[in-house]
This record gives sequence, structure tokens and C-alpha cells, in this order.
Amino acid sequence: MANKEDRFQSHDHYNVDALLEQDHLLARDAVRTWVKQSVSPIIEDYSERAECPVHLFKELAEIGAFGPSLPIKYGGGGMDEIAYGVIMQELERGDSGIRSMASVQGSLVMYPIYRFGSEEQRIKYLPKLGAGEFVGCFGLTEPDHGSDPGGMTTHIVDDGDVYILNGAKMWITNAPQADVAVVWAKDQEGAIRGLIVEKGMSGFSAPEIHGKWSLRASSTGELVFEDVRVPKKNLLPDVKGLKGPLSCLSKARYGIAWGAIGAAMDCYDSALRYSLERQQFGRPIGGFQLTQKKLAEMITEITKAQLLAWRLGTLANKGEATPAQISMAKRNNVHMALEIAREARQIHGGMGITNEYPIMRHMMNLETVLTYEGTHDIHLLITGHNVTGLDAFRG
Amino acid sequence: MKLLVCINKTPDTTARISFTSDGTKFDSSGVQFIMNPYDEWYALVRAVELKEQLGGTVTAVHVGSADSDTIIRKALAIGADDAIRINKAPTDAFDIAHQISVIARDQEYDMILLGKESIDYNSAEVGPMLAELLELPFVGFANKVESNGQQAIVSRDIEGGVETAIIPLPVVVSAAKGTAEQRIPNMRGIMMAKSKPLKVVEPLEVAQTVLPVQFELPSGRTTCRMIDPDNMEQLVELLHTEAKVI
Ligand SMILES: Cc1cc2nc3c(=O)[nH]c(=O)nc-3n(C[C@H](O)[C@H](O)[C@H](O)COP(=O)(O)OP(=O)(O)OC[C@H]3O[C@@H](n4cnc5c(N)ncnc54)[C@H](O)[C@@H]3O)c2cc1C
Repeated sequence: MANKEDRFQSHDHYNVDALLEQDHLLARDAVRTWVKQSVSPIIEDYSERAECPVHLFKELAEIGAFGPSLPIKYGGGGMDEIAYGVIMQELERGDSGIRSMASVQGSLVMYPIYRFGSEEQRIKYLPKLGAGEFVGCFGLTEPDHGSDPGGMTTHIVDDGDVYILNGAKMWITNAPQADVAVVWAKDQEGAIRGLIVEKGMSGFSAPEIHGKWSLRASSTGELVFEDVRVPKKNLLPDVKGLKGPLSCLSKARYGIAWGAIGAAMDCYDSALRYSLERQQFGRPIGGFQLTQKKLAEMITEITKAQLLAWRLGTLANKGEATPAQISMAKRNNVHMALEIAREARQIHGGMGITNEYPIMRHMMNLETVLTYEGTHDIHLLITGHNVTGLDAFRG
Repeated sequence: MKLLVCINKTPDTTARISFTSDGTKFDSSGVQFIMNPYDEWYALVRAVELKEQLGGTVTAVHVGSADSDTIIRKALAIGADDAIRINKAPTDAFDIAHQISVIARDQEYDMILLGKESIDYNSAEVGPMLAELLELPFVGFANKVESNGQQAIVSRDIEGGVETAIIPLPVVVSAAKGTAEQRIPNMRGIMMAKSKPLKVVEPLEVAQTVLPVQFELPSGRTTCRMIDPDNMEQLVELLHTEAKVI
């Protein structure tokens, strides 16, 4: 089974395309074509074997999926935030794991080096990351500090020309492949600092985490630091405190708000086609009211999510998208996609649980997407804090 | 080498085809349009490859209204250097060939490439008409196009073999499968395309030579009927009375 032709057709109930500019449409179509050629034919297989299709790092770079909204000079594409959004949407239409490979590289590795790095660091790392010659990862979460990263225990001690880094990070996307890791650690004053740690530095290892039932085509690992001597020139000079990693997460969450729409569209597209082809009681199941209810609600929710993402994108282009607005879109759109995956699974009946259709893969992937980059509930608390002015995190 | 590539806009391959209620026009509402794949994958990409080998320029030309600009930008993103849009919704193949011939006549292109046909009406007429209007040699349905800057070496599959023609430039060639491989534009190409010139020129009056009278959809695909292998008589009966083939 599996590896059938990708018959995805786009659905645009509100003519949202008319809100997009020419380069957004071209970017979207280019990535869609690439996904049909390079991702769809192999993804079920890699996902089933829980293997990361590492050859796609180079292809993602060639198409321009790494940091598309960063300046061309630093390995980016010089595009706007909506272009970045539609690229993420199309990647995740293929697979959330593939989108994660690109999100991490662009928003969590290239972006902090661009935003907080020295010119020397930018020149050294960004073009190689943009070209896929280097793979990057982002280490914030720790075994004992997930939703509360401010409690991290990974730390650095000043020792002449170097910082001595100790601690461990957990759940790190791309870690097993990474040539460079952007790592967040506390200095002796307790301030959170960012460091660029390179593969091969003595005392640094990145073992893979096995046994995931979600995001199986993206590799996830730990980062272990035992007296790693990191040259001082590898410290990101221009940021101190939690706002460093949080600003990166805002970028990535923004991309996820778009990406989730892609996964939802793929599930809807498959369910709609199936409902017209599958006959029961002598007629297509799409003719039954209960199936229509599911389909109608799916396209309604997708349309709302598209408009939310588009509006967020226009705000982001003006530099006006707030972290709270990004939280709302990430939370809403990912949850919407997961619900659609579940409904789509029902429409496919028994076939829906097989790898003949992408539904279960999307559904399992979306469980990660619901949790990483701030869990569903944490984003609710961010909105709650934003509207009431009262911080519920610390009780 | 100076290359001209004719690009057409066609409904997406997955579009549902329907006609206006009087049946005289294609109903384009809700239809997504793409660059004609034969123009894009074969003619345009091969032109860009020839330019990369031999130097020169690639110009994309399209007859259509402003809503085709996304497709023209795509041609620029794939590698054309500049583009010309002749500002008119074309009426038929002769109109297109005529409009393009006006552009091509005084520009002295070494090679004019286009897809073997458009996937909308599939009439494969523009190429030969254009060559005739320009009084240039024409090779249709090419599967391989090479050039040394003086001549074109064009091969195509024929019944039982391959026919290769060597033609002095300039020449008009229509490209089919094998000529090149699809190139997906990357983000940098898409951004560069924004600053490449797209010239809009007004059309010439051309009398409409073809008037569509009626479009009809082919009758829907019928389902497969299974006949028991022991029941040959029924099969023969059905082939005779229903399928009317024997
Ligand atoms: C596949 C995968 C890839 C990942 N990639 C990366 C990566 O590249 N880099 C990185 O740094 N991290 C990464 N993560 C980590 C991810 O960001 C964390 O899993 C996430 O932040 C949640 O942390 P946790 O798993 O420790 O859960 P916890 O923080 O322990 O949360 C457990 C539950 O408690 C709830 N909870 C916690 N605090 C509160 C509160 N105050 N009020 C109410 N409810 C609360 C949460 O909502 C959740 O439901 C990845 C995770 C996965 C699964």
C-alpha cells in the first residue's frame, strides 16, 4: 500500500488567493509542486520506518525554504512574512515533520543568528545554513523544563577565552543531524544567553530519541553538554533573557499557524474526494447529511483559519504582530487541523486508518504540533493573560 | 543566441471543465490557471538551458490580458530574462500566431520555441502558423533540441525510429516530452523575477477566422460490467446490441 499518486487539489472557498500577491502565489505553487515530486512519493515510507529523509535538507535549501524572509545577503530569500507562511503551509500539506525541518532551520537557527548574532557569526553560519550545507537545531526545552523554560538549569561559566557549558536539552528537532546548535543557557548571573555550539566540540553529543508515534519523519534528539568549551566568539552578543528564545518562537509559531492549514487542507481534500467516490447504500457517502456536515464544517474552519493567518501575516509584514496574536493563531489553527484530521479519518471509514491515505500520519503529527512551541493550554493562558492582564502561569 | 518562447495560459490539469449555458464558451469561473505544461517544462526550460550553454537571452511572449501576469512572472522566475505581453484575450490560434509574428518579425530571434500543443484546445496550430507567417522553417513535436549557435539539431520520435533534422537558424520548434525536465522556480528566482522587465504591447487588429459553434463534454465514463466467463453468449449479445461493435 501507500505511495500512491498525490491527487491534492487546492480549495479556496473565499477566494483568499485574491488577497495574496503574485510572489506568494508563485512561492506556494513552487513548493506545492516540489512536495508532490519529492515528499509525497516517499513520506509514508520514511514515516513508517521513523527515518528522517535527510536528503531533503539540500532540496529544501534549493527551493528556498530556509529563512525565506531573511535578507538574501544572509542566505535568505528576501521575501515577506506571507510568503514564508504559504511556504510553511505547503510543506505541512506534505508532512508536519518536513515543515519542522524547515521551521527549525529558518526561524529557530538562522533567525536568532541574524537577529542577535555578530556580523562575523552571520557571515560564518547563515549562507551555509541557507544552502543546506549546515543543518541547525535549537535547544531550549530541558528534561525538567518544558512549558517553563525560564527554569532551565543548563548553564555557562566564564573561563578566559571560553565558556564552559554544562547541562542537557530534550526534544530537540534536527539534533541528530545538526552541525550547529543554538543553545540557551544561564550565565553566572542567572541571565539566559544564546550560544552557537558546533558538532564535534569535545563533550557535546546529540543522541536520537526513539519511539515517537508522531513526527516520525523528523528526527528528534537530546543535546548533552559535559564541560563543553565554547569559544566566547560563539556567544550571541545582542540578547539577554528569555525574550531571546521567545522571539524566535514567535517566528516559528507564526509559521506553524500557516503550516497547520496545510495539514488540514490535505485531510479535507482527501475526505472530500473519498466521499464522492465511496458508495454505500447505493450512493456516494458525500450525499448523506452527516457526511456533508463534517465536510461543510471542515471547509468553514479552514477558511476561518486562512483568514486569521492572512491577517496575522499582514500585521507581521508591518512588524505589528504581537506574541499574543501569534499565540491565538497557532492555538486555533493547530487545534482546527487536528479536529479536521479526526473527522476526515471517520469519513474514510476503515481505509482512514491505513497508510493508503495521509490522514493518520497527519493526525499523529499534529499531536506534536499541538504541544511543541508552546502547548495548546499554554497559548490559552497567554491569551488569558493578554485579555485580563492577570498572569495565570504562576498561580 | 536570441531565444523567444511562446507561453500560453491553460486551465489546471485537475480543473473541472464546463461550458457556458449556451455551450459556445468555456466557463472559466472558479478555474485555476497554469502555464501550459508543454510550454513550461519543455520549451521554456530548454530555451533557458540553451542560453546557459551558449549565452544570449530568453524572452517569453504571451498573448493575454493582465490576469496572465502571474504566469509570465513564473516564466521569468524559471529563467527568462524579459517578457512581452500582447494585451488581448486571443480569439483563436491564428490570432495568437499573428500577434506573435508581429513581435518576432523585426527582433531577429535565432530560435522560437513553444510547446507542441496547449492542453486546453490541443490544436497544435500556433507553431506552424507562426513559422509560416515569419517564413521560417518549422520542426514540430521535437523530443530533443540542440544548437551550436549556427544550426538547430532537432530530433523527434517517428514510427519505428528517430528523425533528426539539422536546420540553419532561425527556426521555429515545437517541443514535446524529452526536450527538457521540469524546473521548479526557487524563492530567489521568484524574487528576481520581480525586477525583470515585462513589456505590455497593444495588439493588432486581426479578423477572427474561427467561430466556435458548440462545445460539448464527452459522455461520462461508464462503469465496467463483469460477465461470467462461462456466459460467452451474453458477452456476444451485449457487444452486438449495447456496445454495437460487432
Ligand atoms: C517532536 C518534538 C519536537 C520538539 N522540538 C523542539 C525543539 O526543536 N527545540 C526545543 O527547545 N523544544 C522542542 N520540543 C519541546 C516542546 O516545545 C515541549 O515539549 C513543550 O514546550 C512542552 O513541554 P513538556 O513536554 O515538558 O510539557 P510540560 O511543560 O511538562 O507540560 C505538560 C502538560 O502540562 C501543562 N501545563 C504546564 N504548565 C502549565 C500551567 N502553568 N498551567 C496549565 N497547564 C500547564 C501543559 O499544557 C501540558 O499539557 C519538541 C517537542 C516534541 C514533542
